[in-house]
Amino acid sequence: MKTLKRRYLHEKIMITFIAFNTVAVLTPLIIILVYVFVQGIGAINLDFFTQELGSPSRAMTGRPTGLVHTIIGTLVVDALAILIALPFGIGAGVMLSEYPDHKLNPVMRVMNDTLNGMPAVLKGLLAWALVVKPMGGFSGLSGGVALAVVMLPIIARSTESALMNIPWSIREAGLAIGLPRWRVIASVVIPASKAGLVTGVLIAFARAVGEAAPLLFTSFGNNYKSSYLLGWTFGPVDTLPQRLYSLAISPYPEWHQLGWAAGIVLLFFVIVSFAIARIVVREKY
Amino acid sequence: MKKRETDGSVLKEPNVKYQTSQTTLSEYLRKKRSFIYRTLGDRLFSYFIFALGFIVILTTIVMAIVLYKDGAEAIKRYGFFGFLFGRVWDPAMKIEFGAFPFIVGTLITSIGSLAISFVPALAVAIFTAEYSPRWLAHIIDNLTNLIAAIPSVIIGLWGIFVFAPWMRDTFYMNIYMWILDNNPSFAPIFGNPIGYGIATATIILAIMIVPYTTVLTVDAFKKVPKEQREAAYALGATKWEVVKMAVIPYARGGILAGVMLSFGRAIGETMAVAMLIGNKNNLPFSIIGPASTMPSVIVNEFREAVENIHLSSLIAVGFYLFIISLVVNLIAAYIQRKFSLTGARTV
Repeated sequence: MKTLKRRYLHEKIMITFIAFNTVAVLTPLIIILVYVFVQGIGAINLDFFTQELGSPSRAMTGRPTGLVHTIIGTLVVDALAILIALPFGIGAGVMLSEYPDHKLNPVMRVMNDTLNGMPAVLKGLLAWALVVKPMGGFSGLSGGVALAVVMLPIIARSTESALMNIPWSIREAGLAIGLPRWRVIASVVIPASKAGLVTGVLIAFARAVGEAAPLLFTSFGNNYKSSYLLGWTFGPVDTLPQRLYSLAISPYPEWHQLGWAAGIVLLFFVIVSFAIARIVVREKY
Repeated sequence: MKKRETDGSVLKEPNVKYQTSQTTLSEYLRKKRSFIYRTLGDRLFSYFIFALGFIVILTTIVMAIVLYKDGAEAIKRYGFFGFLFGRVWDPAMKIEFGAFPFIVGTLITSIGSLAISFVPALAVAIFTAEYSPRWLAHIIDNLTNLIAAIPSVIIGLWGIFVFAPWMRDTFYMNIYMWILDNNPSFAPIFGNPIGYGIATATIILAIMIVPYTTVLTVDAFKKVPKEQREAAYALGATKWEVVKMAVIPYARGGILAGVMLSFGRAIGETMAVAMLIGNKNNLPFSIIGPASTMPSVIVNEFREAVENIHLSSLIAVGFYLFIISLVVNLIAAYIQRKFSLTGARTV
């Protein structure tokens, strides 16, 4: 039998241990954020947002370089991904939440989680096989397809939980005044859960915008702005995470600096969309 | 708009039914519209939704088919198990491929990172759910989610320029020197202290997968009934004893599911590992020396693959990766179902 004193001592040790571990988990996060900011802030200037990257010699000789094509490319590819993923994701979410008695529903839930857990490289390989190979070249569109597969299960899941937050009594009220089921879903449930849907899209965007692996062999990367308008979708396009990877493994110190700056921009996208998502959720619920 | 519809469909409908002998055109149309509006509308809408939702199921299936089809050349050439256990990966000289080094690398790094991250992840969960005041729990919760949100390239960037050199200078060099002085035969097992290798990648992976265990564990802790805790307090337990006796055993399903989820993430984590593991394609691996994982080899070589068989081998590696992560995810889903946890959290 342990004495009370020893039990209190044990309690104190455990508290210290737990607190220490918590700090240990959060320290790297702080260090990473601070490092990215400190290293990258020097390269953030007007040129960064207005110039192209160009060849390595352009940075070596001190001519202005920037990542404007990368930022535009990221937005284009992610917008394509949202456009592709949104209808299917919302459809899947509606099915999960509004037709719980459907035979396929449990299968779909498991499949959705499985798809969410699949490594992003495989989603890239899928897009490569389905879009790049038949079309015969790397394109922004294929990058959009790859990211859409990344977003799809996230949007489906958050749509589901957003719709689940609407009480059943509201649906029953709709049915009671004689609306058919589809009208209840389309004009009562979905408008009421609009904030939740926006949150889902934002979270999906935040997750997908940082994915480099699937983009390496779909949108491929490009040191210059696309010379024609459709080139943003049908030609190779630069995106932030993939450019960050290329800059990091390049041998040029100037490019490393640009890499840190690209990290700041990328983190800005991620953190802002997460923050908005959180705020929207908190206001609503 | 809305008023007219309710009038039309609800109030007038019974009248339409009873007037069997003489139906005017407007009543006929109203009846028909009602049919389109309700029965057919519901039917079509549900088909439409199922068609959209079915894409989710279809994507997973198509992924399996595509990976198998494009990897078939390599799998046929070396055999399913021959490729799985082939120890040589040589795209340059012999043009021979086997996935075994990458499977070993993937398992070592992911199991290693789980082992490192399990206790801290559990500690964070216990701290936020049981010990800390609510405002602090809220902050920590947001910060752990932020870890999951940081793109893995950024962690890889930090790893390349800060973490790996730091590990090399503070730990690897000193330990390596000590080994050379005292027990030189152990040096090849320990590996060359270049900084990029299994140990570095595993530690980085451990940092990255903590949130997945933590989030599910916290969810499971929150589901532990109050009575469970109060009963333990009533027996005179200290707070830690409550956690140990009443909370953790009750929440073990959630913890297990979180661990499986983390494991799945660790297997599939690509960029940070590819940037830090040093990319050595052949066995044997050493403790801190370079190695390769399944995702990292795909990312590193896919763009440069010229030979068809090389490309096909890389996709075949992807196929094996698909199978492994499918199994891990299904186990996680089974655990979550069995312990009736809804994994509706998306972050």
